[in-house]
Amino acid sequence: MRKRVWILAFCMSANAYAATPQEALQSYSTQAKQENSAFKEFSARAGETFYHAKHKPGGKEMSCATCHTDNPKNTGKHEATGKEIKPLAPAANPERFTDPAKIEKWFKRNCQDVLERVCTAQEKGDFITYLLSIK
Amino acid sequence: MLNRCIVLLAVCFSSAALAEDEGNGTLLPAAANAKWKTECSACHIAYPPMLLPERSWRKLMVGLDKHFGVNAGLDDASAKEITEFLVSQSADHVQSRRAQGIARSIAPGVTPLRITETAFFKREHNEVRAEVWKRPKVKSPANCSACHTGAEQGDFSEDRVRIPK
Repeated sequence: MRKRVWILAFCMSANAYAATPQEALQSYSTQAKQENSAFKEFSARAGETFYHAKHKPGGKEMSCATCHTDNPKNTGKHEATGKEIKPLAPAANPERFTDPAKIEKWFKRNCQDVLERVCTAQEKGDFITYLLSIK
Repeated sequence: MLNRCIVLLAVCFSSAALAEDEGNGTLLPAAANAKWKTECSACHIAYPPMLLPERSWRKLMVGLDKHFGVNAGLDDASAKEITEFLVSQSADHVQSRRAQGIARSIAPGVTPLRITETAFFKREHNEVRAEVWKRPKVKSPANCSACHTGAEQGDFSEDRVRIPK
């Protein structure tokens, strides 16, 4: 009996953290409306352009694809350390975009490193929409 | 003459002890902190906390927004938890000969942020030629697992070293 209670508690706690990419998009959509009253919807196409757009932080040309490769279904490689990065596209890695804190942590880091600024909710939503559109 | 013999004898004994110490398994703490493991192994292996002293880990953890040129910022609660773990397992807090040796090899006024800057690291790798570090599969001296096949498990023993061509 005691064991069953533990299992139940575990399942509930696991559930509390699990979210779907659609829930993340919903939350970015709310933010995007606050940031820009003219906001309508997210665009996979804009997300794709954003993914490949080249920037020059510290004089070195970089885009999302530098580490995550041109095809987000591929395993990427950390630019400095060479460590493998699991694919970004949920079609290849279903864990992606299921943990809101993790999503925000990496947007915060990578937007700063690559674009040298924070990303807008529109950009984040477009980015996730693009990655979800990859089958 | 006698003095020289004693010194030599002492050197023999201490290197034998070191070799023995090196043979026994992992440099990682017996009980790992889950947050440390997840966060610190996202971009590189989670380096054994024992390889740097407390002051190094404290300095490193307050500069995560500019971590060797990369933003590795954490939320405050995670940073605090990881710092406490690192400090408790640092070279100057672990009660082993090896940890104490590492702590002693770093001059008191110095706070290295890179393990590769410590005298301990340099001494352990003094036979590695400059060309080896530059091989594409090695990439950098920070890439432990390029040659130490047991690095992720904290096993840095000689017999698990395979240097890629």
